[in-house]
Amino acid sequence: MSITRDEVAHLARLARLSLADAELDHLAAQLDQIISAVARVQEVTAEDVPPTSHAVPLANVFRPDQVVPCLTAQEALAAAPAVEQQRFRVPRILAED
Amino acid sequence: MTAELTSKTAAELAAAIASAEVSAVEVTQAHLDRIAAVDGQVHAFLHVAAGQALAAAQAVDARRAAGDALGPLAGVPVAVKDVFATADMPTTCGSHILDGWQPPYESTVTRRLRAAGAIPLGKTNMDEFAMGSSTENSAFGPSHNPWDLTRVPGGSSGGSSAAVAAFEAPLATGTDTGGSIRQPAAVCGIVGMKPTYGGSSRYGVVAFASSLDTPGPLARTVLDAALLHEAMSGHDPCDSTSIDAPVPPVVAAARQADVEGMRIGVVTELSGEGYEPGVLARFGEAVELLESLGAKIIEVSCPHFAYALPAYYLIAPSECSSNLARFDAMRYGLRAGDDGTRSAEEVMSITRGEGFGAEVKRRIILGTYALSSGYYDAYYGKAQQVRTLVIRDFDAAFGQADVLISPSTPSTAFKIGERADDPMAMYLADLCTIPSDLAGNAALSVPCGLAPENGLPVGLQIMAPVLADDRTYRVGAAVEAALHDRWGHPLLTEAPEL
Repeated sequence: MSITRDEVAHLARLARLSLADAELDHLAAQLDQIISAVARVQEVTAEDVPPTSHAVPLANVFRPDQVVPCLTAQEALAAAPAVEQQRFRVPRILAED
Repeated sequence: MTAELTSKTAAELAAAIASAEVSAVEVTQAHLDRIAAVDGQVHAFLHVAAGQALAAAQAVDARRAAGDALGPLAGVPVAVKDVFATADMPTTCGSHILDGWQPPYESTVTRRLRAAGAIPLGKTNMDEFAMGSSTENSAFGPSHNPWDLTRVPGGSSGGSSAAVAAFEAPLATGTDTGGSIRQPAAVCGIVGMKPTYGGSSRYGVVAFASSLDTPGPLARTVLDAALLHEAMSGHDPCDSTSIDAPVPPVVAAARQADVEGMRIGVVTELSGEGYEPGVLARFGEAVELLESLGAKIIEVSCPHFAYALPAYYLIAPSECSSNLARFDAMRYGLRAGDDGTRSAEEVMSITRGEGFGAEVKRRIILGTYALSSGYYDAYYGKAQQVRTLVIRDFDAAFGQADVLISPSTPSTAFKIGERADDPMAMYLADLCTIPSDLAGNAALSVPCGLAPENGLPVGLQIMAPVLADDRTYRVGAAVEAALHDRWGHPLLTEAPEL
Protein backbone atom coordinates (compact mmCIF):
# COMPACT_ATOMS: atom_id res chain seq x y z
CA MET A 1 0.00 0.00 0.00
CA SER A 2 1.48 3.32 -0.93
CA ILE A 3 0.15 6.85 -1.08
CA THR A 4 1.08 9.27 -3.82
CA ARG A 5 1.67 13.01 -3.70
CA ASP A 6 -1.48 13.51 -5.81
CA GLU A 7 -3.53 11.50 -3.33
CA VAL A 8 -2.26 13.65 -0.47
CA ALA A 9 -3.18 16.78 -2.44
CA HIS A 10 -6.67 15.35 -2.99
CA LEU A 11 -7.08 14.52 0.72
CA ALA A 12 -5.90 18.03 1.63
CA ARG A 13 -8.58 19.48 -0.64
CA LEU A 14 -11.22 17.29 1.02
CA ALA A 15 -10.00 18.47 4.43
CA ARG A 16 -9.95 22.15 3.33
CA LEU A 17 -6.29 22.34 4.17
CA SER A 18 -4.05 24.46 2.00
CA LEU A 19 -0.58 22.88 1.79
CA ALA A 20 2.57 24.27 0.23
CA ASP A 21 4.43 22.17 -2.35
CA ALA A 22 7.21 21.39 0.08
CA GLU A 23 4.65 20.26 2.68
CA LEU A 24 3.01 17.95 0.15
CA ASP A 25 6.32 16.29 -0.70
CA HIS A 26 7.24 15.85 2.92
CA LEU A 27 3.80 14.59 4.00
CA ALA A 28 3.47 12.11 1.15
CA ALA A 29 6.67 10.35 2.21
CA GLN A 30 5.73 10.35 5.89
CA LEU A 31 2.15 9.22 5.33
CA ASP A 32 3.36 6.38 3.20
CA GLN A 33 5.49 5.20 6.12
CA ILE A 34 2.70 5.69 8.68
CA ILE A 35 0.06 3.97 6.57
CA SER A 36 2.22 0.92 5.99
CA ALA A 37 2.75 0.73 9.76
CA VAL A 38 -0.91 1.10 10.74
CA ALA A 39 -1.96 -1.33 7.99
CA ARG A 40 -0.87 -4.02 10.46
CA VAL A 41 -4.46 -3.98 11.75
CA GLN A 42 -5.31 -5.96 8.62
CA GLU A 43 -3.28 -8.92 9.92
CA VAL A 44 -5.89 -9.49 12.61
CA THR A 45 -8.49 -12.12 11.87
CA ALA A 46 -11.72 -10.51 12.93
CA GLU A 47 -14.42 -12.11 10.80
CA ASP A 48 -17.24 -12.05 13.34
CA VAL A 49 -15.89 -9.36 15.63
CA PRO A 50 -18.25 -6.39 16.00
CA PRO A 51 -16.64 -2.95 15.74
CA THR A 52 -16.34 -0.76 18.84
CA SER A 53 -16.85 2.94 18.26
CA HIS A 54 -17.01 3.79 21.92
CA ALA A 55 -15.54 2.05 24.95
CA VAL A 56 -18.43 2.80 27.28
CA PRO A 57 -21.77 1.83 25.76
CA LEU A 58 -24.29 4.62 26.15
CA ALA A 59 -27.31 5.38 24.00
CA ASN A 60 -29.72 8.25 23.63
CA VAL A 61 -28.57 10.47 26.45
CA PHE A 62 -30.95 13.39 26.73
CA ARG A 63 -31.12 16.27 29.15
CA PRO A 64 -34.47 17.43 30.53
CA ASP A 65 -36.25 19.75 28.11
CA GLN A 66 -35.83 22.86 30.21
CA VAL A 67 -34.89 26.37 29.22
CA VAL A 68 -31.49 27.25 30.65
CA PRO A 69 -29.42 30.42 30.28
CA CYS A 70 -27.21 30.59 27.20
CA LEU A 71 -24.65 32.94 25.75
CA THR A 72 -25.83 36.39 24.74
CA ALA A 73 -25.31 37.41 21.12
CA GLN A 74 -22.54 39.72 22.29
CA GLU A 75 -20.75 36.90 24.12
CA ALA A 76 -21.13 34.51 21.21
CA LEU A 77 -19.73 37.09 18.78
CA ALA A 78 -16.93 38.32 21.03
CA ALA A 79 -14.26 36.10 19.45
CA ALA A 80 -15.55 36.33 15.88
CA PRO A 81 -13.03 37.32 13.19
CA ALA A 82 -15.61 39.71 11.70
CA VAL A 83 -19.06 40.85 12.79
CA GLU A 84 -21.81 42.73 11.02
CA GLN A 85 -25.30 43.54 12.31
CA GLN A 86 -24.97 41.18 15.29
CA ARG A 87 -23.99 38.31 12.99
CA PHE A 88 -20.85 36.48 11.97
CA ARG A 89 -19.61 38.16 8.77
CA VAL A 90 -18.13 35.55 6.44
CA PRO A 91 -16.53 35.66 2.99
CA ARG A 92 -18.82 34.93 0.04
CA ILE A 93 -20.10 31.37 0.04
CA LEU A 94 -21.37 31.23 -3.57
CA ALA A 95 -19.38 31.28 -6.79
CA GLU A 96 -19.28 34.61 -8.60
CA ASP A 97 -20.89 33.41 -11.83
CA MET B 1 9.49 30.06 53.50
CA THR B 2 8.81 30.11 49.78
CA ALA B 3 10.80 26.96 49.02
CA GLU B 4 9.19 25.31 52.01
CA LEU B 5 5.69 26.05 50.70
CA THR B 6 6.36 24.96 47.12
CA SER B 7 7.80 21.63 48.27
CA LYS B 8 4.66 20.73 50.21
CA THR B 9 2.04 18.37 48.88
CA ALA B 10 -1.48 19.51 48.05
CA ALA B 11 -2.79 17.54 51.04
CA GLU B 12 -0.35 19.33 53.36
CA LEU B 13 -1.15 22.75 51.88
CA ALA B 14 -4.92 22.22 52.16
CA ALA B 15 -4.53 21.22 55.82
CA ALA B 16 -2.19 24.13 56.62
CA ILE B 17 -4.54 26.63 54.97
CA ALA B 18 -7.64 25.18 56.66
CA SER B 19 -5.96 25.45 60.07
CA ALA B 20 -4.71 29.00 59.36
CA GLU B 21 -1.05 27.99 59.68
CA VAL B 22 -0.51 29.70 56.37
CA SER B 23 -2.71 31.86 54.16
CA ALA B 24 -3.87 30.94 50.67
CA VAL B 25 -2.30 34.18 49.46
CA GLU B 26 1.11 33.18 50.86
CA VAL B 27 0.86 29.77 49.23
CA THR B 28 -0.20 31.25 45.89
CA GLN B 29 2.49 33.93 45.99
CA ALA B 30 5.15 31.31 46.75
CA HIS B 31 4.18 29.36 43.65
CA LEU B 32 4.00 32.50 41.49
CA ASP B 33 7.51 33.39 42.73
CA ARG B 34 8.71 29.91 41.83
CA ILE B 35 7.20 30.25 38.35
CA ALA B 36 8.93 33.63 37.93
CA ALA B 37 12.23 32.08 39.03
CA VAL B 38 12.29 28.87 36.98
CA ASP B 39 9.76 28.99 34.15
CA GLY B 40 12.19 30.81 31.90
CA GLN B 41 14.10 27.51 31.82
CA VAL B 42 11.20 25.07 31.98
CA HIS B 43 8.57 26.87 29.86
CA ALA B 44 5.74 24.94 31.47
CA PHE B 45 3.27 27.82 31.23
CA LEU B 46 1.75 29.54 28.23
CA HIS B 47 -0.12 32.00 30.41
CA VAL B 48 0.26 32.92 34.08
CA ALA B 49 -2.76 34.55 35.70
CA ALA B 50 -1.07 36.07 38.75
CA GLY B 51 -3.72 38.71 39.44
CA GLN B 52 -6.66 36.34 39.23
CA ALA B 53 -4.85 33.69 41.26
CA LEU B 54 -4.11 36.11 44.08
CA ALA B 55 -7.69 37.41 44.03
CA ALA B 56 -9.01 33.84 44.26
CA ALA B 57 -6.60 33.15 47.13
CA GLN B 58 -7.79 36.29 48.94
CA ALA B 59 -11.36 35.06 48.59
CA VAL B 60 -10.36 31.73 50.22
CA ASP B 61 -8.65 33.55 53.07
CA ALA B 62 -11.72 35.74 53.54
CA ARG B 63 -14.01 32.72 53.69
CA ARG B 64 -11.76 31.06 56.23
CA ALA B 65 -11.63 34.23 58.34
CA ALA B 66 -15.42 34.40 58.25
CA GLY B 67 -15.67 30.79 59.37
CA ASP B 68 -17.33 29.66 56.11
CA ALA B 69 -16.97 26.09 54.93
CA LEU B 70 -13.91 25.57 52.73
CA GLY B 71 -13.70 23.27 49.72
CA PRO B 72 -11.40 20.23 49.82
CA LEU B 73 -8.69 22.00 47.79
CA ALA B 74 -9.22 25.48 49.27
CA GLY B 75 -6.19 27.63 48.53
CA VAL B 76 -4.24 24.89 46.74
CA PRO B 77 -2.71 26.11 43.46
CA VAL B 78 -3.36 24.11 40.29
CA ALA B 79 -1.86 24.45 36.83
CA VAL B 80 -4.42 23.99 34.06
CA LYS B 81 -3.58 22.38 30.72
CA ASP B 82 -4.38 24.83 27.96
CA VAL B 83 -6.96 22.45 26.49
CA PHE B 84 -9.54 23.39 29.15
CA ALA B 85 -11.76 26.36 28.31
CA THR B 86 -11.38 29.08 30.93
CA ALA B 87 -13.59 32.17 30.87
CA ASP B 88 -10.92 34.36 32.50
CA MET B 89 -7.79 33.12 30.72
CA PRO B 90 -6.93 32.57 27.06
CA THR B 91 -7.20 29.01 25.72
CA THR B 92 -4.92 28.18 22.80
CA CYS B 93 -4.56 24.40 22.87
CA GLY B 94 -0.95 25.02 21.81
CA SER B 95 -2.16 26.18 18.38
CA HIS B 96 -1.77 29.35 16.34
CA ILE B 97 -5.31 28.87 15.11
CA LEU B 98 -6.53 29.67 18.65
CA ASP B 99 -3.83 32.21 19.51
CA GLY B 100 -5.33 34.61 22.03
CA TRP B 101 -8.77 32.96 21.99
CA GLN B 102 -10.78 33.85 25.06
CA PRO B 103 -13.54 31.27 25.56
CA PRO B 104 -16.97 32.63 26.45
CA TYR B 105 -17.54 29.74 28.87
CA GLU B 106 -15.82 27.54 31.43
CA SER B 107 -15.03 23.81 31.27
CA THR B 108 -16.77 21.61 33.83
CA VAL B 109 -13.42 20.42 35.21
CA THR B 110 -12.09 23.93 35.92
CA ARG B 111 -15.48 25.05 37.22
CA ARG B 112 -15.41 22.15 39.70
CA LEU B 113 -11.84 22.90 40.73
CA ARG B 114 -12.69 26.53 41.42
CA ALA B 115 -15.72 25.37 43.42
CA ALA B 116 -13.43 23.10 45.46
CA GLY B 117 -11.37 26.18 46.30
CA ALA B 118 -8.38 25.37 44.08
CA ILE B 119 -6.46 28.36 42.71
CA PRO B 120 -5.75 28.20 38.94
CA LEU B 121 -2.26 29.65 38.42
CA GLY B 122 -2.41 29.70 34.64
CA LYS B 123 -2.44 27.55 31.53
CA THR B 124 0.21 24.99 30.67
CA ASN B 125 1.94 24.19 27.43
CA MET B 126 0.95 21.17 25.36
CA ASP B 127 1.38 19.56 21.98
CA GLU B 128 -0.95 21.31 19.56
CA PHE B 129 -4.50 19.97 20.09
CA ALA B 130 -2.96 17.33 22.39
CA MET B 131 -1.35 15.54 19.44
CA GLY B 132 2.12 14.49 20.47
CA SER B 133 4.31 12.99 23.16
CA SER B 134 6.85 15.75 23.78
CA THR B 135 5.28 19.28 23.66
CA GLU B 136 7.48 19.88 20.62
CA ASN B 137 4.30 20.21 18.58
CA SER B 138 3.26 23.29 20.55
CA ALA B 139 3.05 26.37 18.34
CA PHE B 140 4.66 28.25 21.23
CA GLY B 141 7.83 26.19 21.64
CA PRO B 142 8.58 23.10 23.73
CA SER B 143 8.59 22.70 27.49
CA HIS B 144 11.70 21.26 29.13
CA ASN B 145 12.06 18.30 31.46
CA PRO B 146 13.15 19.54 34.92
CA TRP B 147 15.38 16.43 35.29
CA ASP B 148 17.38 17.45 32.21
CA LEU B 149 16.45 20.64 30.39
CA THR B 150 17.72 19.26 27.07
CA ARG B 151 15.03 16.57 27.20
CA VAL B 152 11.28 16.56 26.59
CA PRO B 153 8.82 16.49 29.51
CA GLY B 154 6.61 14.09 27.58
CA GLY B 155 3.28 15.05 26.11
CA SER B 156 0.82 16.09 25.30
CA SER B 157 0.32 17.27 28.92
CA GLY B 158 4.05 18.08 29.12
CA GLY B 159 3.61 21.63 30.43
CA SER B 160 1.52 20.21 33.27
CA SER B 161 4.02 17.46 34.11
CA ALA B 162 6.97 19.88 33.94
CA ALA B 163 5.17 22.43 36.15
CA VAL B 164 4.50 19.82 38.85
CA ALA B 165 7.98 18.26 38.66
CA ALA B 166 9.58 21.74 38.83
CA PHE B 167 7.54 22.61 41.96
CA GLU B 168 5.75 25.42 40.11
CA ALA B 169 2.43 23.85 41.15
CA PRO B 170 1.56 20.91 43.41
CA LEU B 171 -1.25 19.84 41.08
CA ALA B 172 -2.05 20.05 37.39
CA THR B 173 -4.81 18.94 35.09
CA GLY B 174 -4.16 16.99 31.92
CA THR B 175 -6.01 15.05 29.27
CA ASP B 176 -5.19 11.53 28.11
CA THR B 177 -6.15 10.32 24.64
CA GLY B 178 -3.33 7.86 23.95
CA GLY B 179 -1.21 8.36 27.06
CA SER B 180 -0.99 12.15 27.30
CA ILE B 181 -1.20 12.15 31.12
CA ARG B 182 0.65 8.95 32.04
CA GLN B 183 3.57 9.28 29.63
CA PRO B 184 4.55 12.86 30.66
CA ALA B 185 4.04 11.93 34.32
CA ALA B 186 6.33 8.90 33.89
CA VAL B 187 9.18 10.75 32.19
CA CYS B 188 9.03 13.62 34.72
CA GLY B 189 9.00 11.34 37.79
CA ILE B 190 5.52 12.28 39.00
CA VAL B 191 2.08 10.64 39.32
CA GLY B 192 -0.46 10.82 36.49
CA MET B 193 -3.89 9.22 36.20
CA LYS B 194 -6.18 8.49 33.29
CA PRO B 195 -9.56 7.95 34.93
CA THR B 196 -12.18 5.64 33.45
CA TYR B 197 -13.46 7.21 30.21
CA GLY B 198 -16.55 9.24 31.08
CA GLY B 199 -15.54 9.54 34.72
CA SER B 200 -14.43 13.13 34.18
CA SER B 201 -16.28 15.56 31.96
CA ARG B 202 -15.15 16.55 28.46
CA TYR B 203 -17.38 19.64 28.49
CA GLY B 204 -15.18 22.60 27.65
CA VAL B 205 -12.21 20.40 26.73
CA VAL B 206 -11.13 21.19 23.17
CA ALA B 207 -11.86 17.92 21.37
CA PHE B 208 -9.15 15.78 19.78
CA ALA B 209 -10.60 12.23 19.64
CA SER B 210 -13.91 12.27 21.43
CA SER B 211 -14.22 8.54 22.08
CA LEU B 212 -10.83 8.57 23.84
CA ASP B 213 -10.27 12.02 25.43
CA THR B 214 -10.20 11.74 29.23
CA PRO B 215 -9.29 14.56 31.64
CA GLY B 216 -7.29 13.54 34.71
CA PRO B 217 -4.86 14.67 37.41
CA LEU B 218 -1.07 15.05 37.66
CA ALA B 219 0.59 15.43 41.07
CA ARG B 220 3.75 14.60 43.02
CA THR B 221 2.07 12.03 45.29
CA VAL B 222 -0.59 9.39 44.78
CA LEU B 223 -2.80 10.92 47.48
CA ASP B 224 -2.60 14.36 45.83
CA ALA B 225 -3.57 12.84 42.48
CA ALA B 226 -6.55 11.19 44.19
CA LEU B 227 -7.63 14.46 45.80
CA LEU B 228 -7.53 16.23 42.43
CA HIS B 229 -9.20 13.26 40.72
CA GLU B 230 -12.09 13.39 43.18
CA ALA B 231 -12.49 17.16 42.90
CA MET B 232 -12.52 17.23 39.08
CA SER B 233 -14.70 14.15 38.41
CA GLY B 234 -18.32 13.11 38.51
CA HIS B 235 -21.37 13.00 36.28
CA ASP B 236 -21.95 16.02 34.07
CA PRO B 237 -25.18 16.47 32.11
CA CYS B 238 -23.25 18.75 29.71
CA ASP B 239 -21.22 15.77 28.46
CA SER B 240 -23.39 13.09 26.85
CA THR B 241 -20.68 10.45 27.39
CA SER B 242 -20.27 11.25 31.08
CA ILE B 243 -20.97 8.20 33.26
CA ASP B 244 -23.87 8.62 35.68
CA ALA B 245 -22.21 6.81 38.60
CA PRO B 246 -20.50 7.88 41.81
CA VAL B 247 -16.79 8.75 41.59
CA PRO B 248 -14.84 5.65 42.70
CA PRO B 249 -13.43 6.00 46.26
CA VAL B 250 -9.99 7.07 45.06
CA VAL B 251 -8.94 9.12 48.10
CA ALA B 252 -9.80 6.33 50.54
CA ALA B 253 -7.89 3.88 48.32
CA ALA B 254 -4.82 6.14 48.23
CA ARG B 255 -4.89 6.23 52.03
CA GLN B 256 -5.39 2.46 52.25
CA ALA B 257 -2.17 1.81 50.29
CA ASP B 258 -2.14 -1.94 50.77
CA VAL B 259 -1.85 -4.79 48.25
CA GLU B 260 -2.04 -7.77 50.60
CA GLY B 261 -3.81 -10.60 48.78
CA MET B 262 -4.36 -8.63 45.56
CA ARG B 263 -3.87 -10.48 42.29
CA ILE B 264 -1.57 -8.43 40.08
CA GLY B 265 -1.13 -9.41 36.43
CA VAL B 266 2.06 -8.65 34.53
CA VAL B 267 1.17 -8.14 30.86
CA THR B 268 3.52 -10.27 28.77
CA GLU B 269 3.08 -8.18 25.63
CA LEU B 270 4.08 -4.91 27.34
CA SER B 271 7.77 -5.58 27.81
CA GLY B 272 10.77 -7.06 26.05
CA GLU B 273 12.17 -5.90 22.74
CA GLY B 274 12.10 -2.15 22.16
CA TYR B 275 12.15 -1.30 25.87
CA GLU B 276 15.16 0.44 27.44
CA PRO B 277 17.08 -1.89 29.80
CA GLY B 278 16.78 0.62 32.65
CA VAL B 279 13.01 0.75 32.23
CA LEU B 280 12.77 -3.05 32.37
CA ALA B 281 15.15 -3.20 35.36
CA ARG B 282 13.06 -0.80 37.43
CA PHE B 283 9.86 -2.48 36.33
CA GLY B 284 11.23 -5.87 37.38
CA GLU B 285 12.11 -4.44 40.80
CA ALA B 286 8.60 -3.05 41.16
CA VAL B 287 7.14 -6.49 40.46
CA GLU B 288 9.38 -8.00 43.17
CA LEU B 289 8.41 -5.20 45.54
CA LEU B 290 4.70 -5.83 45.03
CA GLU B 291 5.22 -9.52 45.69
CA SER B 292 7.13 -8.73 48.89
CA LEU B 293 4.19 -6.56 49.96
CA GLY B 294 1.87 -9.55 49.81
CA ALA B 295 0.44 -9.34 46.29
CA LYS B 296 0.05 -12.45 44.20
CA ILE B 297 1.89 -11.90 40.91
CA ILE B 298 0.64 -13.69 37.82
CA GLU B 299 1.57 -13.48 34.17
CA VAL B 300 -1.25 -12.56 31.77
CA SER B 301 -1.30 -12.44 28.00
CA CYS B 302 -3.14 -9.80 25.98
CA PRO B 303 -2.27 -10.86 22.41
CA HIS B 304 -4.12 -8.05 20.65
CA PHE B 305 -2.23 -5.30 22.48
CA ALA B 306 0.33 -5.67 19.68
CA TYR B 307 -2.26 -4.14 17.35
CA ALA B 308 -3.41 -1.40 19.73
CA LEU B 309 -0.90 1.19 18.52
CA PRO B 310 -1.75 0.82 14.80
CA ALA B 311 -5.48 0.78 15.62
CA TYR B 312 -5.07 3.94 17.71
CA TYR B 313 -3.27 5.74 14.88
CA LEU B 314 -6.28 5.10 12.68
CA ILE B 315 -9.03 5.82 15.21
CA ALA B 316 -7.57 8.96 16.79
CA PRO B 317 -6.67 10.69 13.48
CA SER B 318 -10.09 9.76 12.07
CA GLU B 319 -11.85 11.40 14.98
CA CYS B 320 -9.47 14.35 14.89
CA SER B 321 -10.04 14.99 11.20
CA SER B 322 -13.74 15.23 11.97
CA ASN B 323 -13.44 17.23 15.22
CA LEU B 324 -11.02 19.78 13.83
CA ALA B 325 -13.43 20.63 11.02
CA ARG B 326 -14.86 23.16 13.48
CA PHE B 327 -11.81 25.37 12.93
CA ASP B 328 -13.32 26.96 9.87
CA ALA B 329 -12.22 30.61 10.31
CA MET B 330 -15.84 31.74 10.52
CA ARG B 331 -16.89 32.04 14.15
CA TYR B 332 -13.75 32.25 16.30
CA GLY B 333 -10.02 31.79 16.06
CA LEU B 334 -7.71 32.75 13.23
CA ARG B 335 -9.00 33.98 9.86
CA ALA B 336 -6.32 34.36 7.21
CA GLY B 337 -6.41 35.41 3.56
CA ASP B 338 -9.79 37.17 3.72
CA ASP B 339 -8.97 39.87 1.16
CA GLY B 340 -12.53 40.47 0.04
CA THR B 341 -12.16 38.48 -3.18
CA ARG B 342 -11.68 34.95 -1.88
CA SER B 343 -14.56 32.59 -1.13
CA ALA B 344 -15.31 31.24 2.34
CA GLU B 345 -13.92 27.90 1.27
CA GLU B 346 -10.65 29.43 0.10
CA VAL B 347 -10.30 31.44 3.31
CA MET B 348 -11.01 28.28 5.29
CA SER B 349 -8.25 26.34 3.51
CA ILE B 350 -5.72 29.15 3.80
CA THR B 351 -6.51 29.67 7.50
CA ARG B 352 -6.17 25.98 8.32
CA GLY B 353 -2.96 25.75 6.32
CA GLU B 354 -1.49 28.68 8.26
CA GLY B 355 -3.03 27.93 11.63
CA PHE B 356 -2.27 24.22 12.06
CA GLY B 357 1.20 22.79 12.67
CA ALA B 358 2.84 19.82 10.94
CA GLU B 359 1.60 17.05 13.24
CA VAL B 360 -2.00 18.27 13.20
CA LYS B 361 -1.92 18.43 9.41
CA ARG B 362 -0.44 14.94 9.27
CA ARG B 363 -3.23 13.55 11.41
CA ILE B 364 -6.00 15.37 9.58
CA ILE B 365 -4.75 13.93 6.28
CA LEU B 366 -4.30 10.47 7.79
CA GLY B 367 -7.80 10.55 9.29
CA THR B 368 -9.32 11.82 6.06
CA TYR B 369 -7.62 8.94 4.28
CA ALA B 370 -8.77 6.30 6.78
CA LEU B 371 -12.37 7.51 6.56
CA SER B 372 -12.51 7.94 2.79
CA SER B 373 -14.70 5.60 0.79
CA GLY B 374 -12.75 2.64 -0.51
CA TYR B 375 -10.41 2.61 2.48
CA TYR B 376 -12.92 2.81 5.34
CA ASP B 377 -13.38 -0.96 5.81
CA ALA B 378 -9.69 -1.77 5.46
CA TYR B 379 -8.54 0.87 7.94
CA TYR B 380 -11.09 2.54 10.22
CA GLY B 381 -13.44 -0.46 10.25
CA LYS B 382 -10.62 -2.88 11.00
CA ALA B 383 -9.25 -0.63 13.72
CA GLN B 384 -12.65 -0.60 15.41
CA GLN B 385 -12.64 -4.40 15.40
CA VAL B 386 -9.18 -4.39 16.95
CA ARG B 387 -10.63 -2.12 19.61
CA THR B 388 -13.18 -4.82 20.44
CA LEU B 389 -10.41 -7.42 20.64
CA VAL B 390 -8.33 -5.23 22.97
CA ILE B 391 -11.36 -4.86 25.24
CA ARG B 392 -11.83 -8.66 25.21
CA ASP B 393 -8.16 -9.14 26.13
CA PHE B 394 -8.65 -6.81 29.09
CA ASP B 395 -11.85 -8.60 30.14
CA ALA B 396 -10.08 -11.95 30.11
CA ALA B 397 -7.07 -10.57 32.00
CA PHE B 398 -9.24 -8.90 34.62
CA GLY B 399 -10.92 -12.25 35.13
CA GLN B 400 -7.60 -13.48 36.51
CA ALA B 401 -6.16 -10.33 38.07
CA ASP B 402 -7.45 -7.36 40.08
CA VAL B 403 -5.05 -4.98 38.34
CA LEU B 404 -2.58 -5.26 35.47
CA ILE B 405 0.88 -3.70 35.47
CA SER B 406 3.49 -2.73 32.89
CA PRO B 407 6.09 -0.04 32.37
CA SER B 408 4.33 3.29 31.63
CA THR B 409 6.60 3.99 28.66
CA PRO B 410 9.15 1.95 26.69
CA SER B 411 11.83 4.62 27.20
CA THR B 412 12.84 7.43 29.51
CA ALA B 413 12.67 11.09 28.41
CA PHE B 414 14.25 11.57 24.99
CA LYS B 415 16.20 14.59 23.79
CA ILE B 416 14.36 17.59 22.38
CA GLY B 417 14.58 17.26 18.59
CA GLU B 418 15.49 13.57 18.65
CA ARG B 419 12.16 12.30 17.32
CA ALA B 420 10.68 15.58 16.08
CA ASP B 421 10.62 14.61 12.41
CA ASP B 422 10.15 10.87 12.83
CA PRO B 423 6.44 10.41 13.54
CA MET B 424 6.55 6.63 13.97
CA ALA B 425 9.35 6.88 16.57
CA MET B 426 7.34 9.55 18.40
CA TYR B 427 4.18 7.41 18.31
CA LEU B 428 6.00 4.53 20.06
CA ALA B 429 6.16 6.63 23.25
CA ASP B 430 2.51 5.68 23.79
CA LEU B 431 2.94 1.95 23.23
CA CYS B 432 2.02 0.92 26.80
CA THR B 433 -0.64 3.52 27.47
CA ILE B 434 -2.82 3.20 24.37
CA PRO B 435 -4.61 -0.08 25.26
CA SER B 436 -6.39 1.53 28.25
CA ASP B 437 -7.48 4.47 26.08
CA LEU B 438 -9.00 2.13 23.52
CA ALA B 439 -10.76 0.14 26.25
CA GLY B 440 -11.70 3.17 28.36
CA ASN B 441 -10.47 1.66 31.62
CA ALA B 442 -8.55 3.35 34.45
CA ALA B 443 -4.75 3.55 34.48
CA LEU B 444 -2.24 5.25 36.75
CA SER B 445 1.47 5.96 36.33
CA VAL B 446 3.56 6.14 39.48
CA PRO B 447 7.35 6.68 39.67
CA CYS B 448 9.33 3.49 40.31
CA GLY B 449 12.90 4.76 40.24
CA LEU B 450 15.60 6.11 37.94
CA ALA B 451 17.00 4.20 34.98
CA PRO B 452 20.55 3.19 35.94
CA GLU B 453 22.03 4.11 32.55
CA ASN B 454 20.89 7.75 32.46
CA GLY B 455 19.43 8.64 35.86
CA LEU B 456 16.03 9.55 34.37
CA PRO B 457 12.65 8.64 35.89
CA VAL B 458 10.79 5.44 35.05
CA GLY B 459 7.04 5.00 35.54
CA LEU B 460 5.05 1.96 36.60
CA GLN B 461 1.63 1.69 34.97
CA ILE B 462 -1.24 0.18 36.96
CA MET B 463 -4.42 -0.62 35.02
CA ALA B 464 -7.82 -1.45 36.51
CA PRO B 465 -11.26 -2.26 35.06
CA VAL B 466 -13.78 0.42 34.10
CA LEU B 467 -14.93 2.31 37.21
CA ALA B 468 -12.42 0.46 39.44
CA ASP B 469 -10.13 3.52 39.43
CA ASP B 470 -9.65 3.15 43.19
CA ARG B 471 -7.65 -0.08 42.72
CA THR B 472 -4.93 1.77 40.82
CA TYR B 473 -4.57 4.24 43.68
CA ARG B 474 -4.43 1.49 46.26
CA VAL B 475 -1.57 -0.24 44.45
CA GLY B 476 0.14 3.02 43.45
CA ALA B 477 0.14 4.32 47.01
CA ALA B 478 1.57 1.03 48.31
CA VAL B 479 4.41 1.17 45.77
CA GLU B 480 5.04 4.83 46.55
CA ALA B 481 5.21 4.25 50.30
CA ALA B 482 7.51 1.23 50.02
CA LEU B 483 9.88 2.98 47.62
CA HIS B 484 9.87 6.10 49.77
CA ASP B 485 10.96 3.92 52.71
CA ARG B 486 13.66 2.27 50.62
CA TRP B 487 15.08 5.57 49.28
CA GLY B 488 14.51 7.56 52.44
CA HIS B 489 13.02 10.45 50.43
CA PRO B 490 10.68 11.18 47.50
CA LEU B 491 12.18 10.58 44.04
CA LEU B 492 11.96 14.24 43.02
CA THR B 493 14.47 15.31 45.66
CA GLU B 494 17.07 13.65 43.40
CA ALA B 495 16.25 16.00 40.50
CA PRO B 496 18.90 18.66 39.86
CA GLU B 497 18.18 22.12 41.25
CA LEU B 498 16.87 24.61 38.74
